[in-house]
Amino acid sequence: MESKKSEGESSRSRISALVVDDDAIIRKIHKAMLQQVFNMDAKSVKDGKEAVDLHRCGANFDIIFMDKEMPIMDGHEATKELRGMGVKSMIVGITTRADEKDREEFLAAGSNHCFEKPLNRAKVEQVLHDHPNFPF
Amino acid sequence: MDKIHSHRQVAAIKHSLFDQGYLDEQFIQLEELQDDANPNFVEEIVTLYYRDSSRLISNLDHTLERNPLDFNKLDTLMHQFKGSSSSIGAKRVKAECTLFREYCRARNGEGCRRSFQQMKKEYATLRKKLETYFQLARQAGPLETAYRPK
Repeated sequence: MESKKSEGESSRSRISALVVDDDAIIRKIHKAMLQQVFNMDAKSVKDGKEAVDLHRCGANFDIIFMDKEMPIMDGHEATKELRGMGVKSMIVGITTRADEKDREEFLAAGSNHCFEKPLNRAKVEQVLHDHPNFPF
Repeated sequence: MDKIHSHRQVAAIKHSLFDQGYLDEQFIQLEELQDDANPNFVEEIVTLYYRDSSRLISNLDHTLERNPLDFNKLDTLMHQFKGSSSSIGAKRVKAECTLFREYCRARNGEGCRRSFQQMKKEYATLRKKLETYFQLARQAGPLETAYRPK
């Protein structure tokens, strides 16, 4: 997978991240962690539709942390939409229950990883470790 | 010495919150995000949690009064509560949320009501303990001031 980088962004060292979650507390925590611990340039939206709309407007992120159950558009639906649009970002699905069905749904939709909430340092490190050449 | 004593008190309360299973590792992860630029980060997050929880508990209360019960709505509300509880490390509250959702899936109304009462108790206890903890932490001040030479 290759992230599209403009000329201006070619020297960018920070990974760009998008947190997609309907819970304001979780958005705040995950953003803070990604920014402070991993020095990512993190933004957040509150549901899958906003994530899709953001991409339709030309936004692009190296990594997307996608909650599963959200109003308007679920995480796996948004993942399918984004992959259908040709989005190559790494997508990490986040579920609220250790349910194999949720995981399978996310992976089938095109996500690269799937974890149970909460997202924490170890899980983000695992993603980065599993993809040493990330961002692609 | 008073400052040192206060800090020891704060540390003891925190230990007991973990030892008694009220909090888990996630709370420590939140504390690691607190720094000079965000000195009250944890308390801000927990305050948001209280606000959110009050709203969700009220909605759950009303939804549990309906007949017949709307298990899908109950499950959705508790899903939200479980998510925010787990994000602050509220271990016991999270466990009750999980149990409640299992009762929802089993369409067990009595189980839902029982579990909800227990969940409210756990939440109230946790909230009280955390309020005490943060109050003492504020009084104790930053850790380094406890050791500043006179």
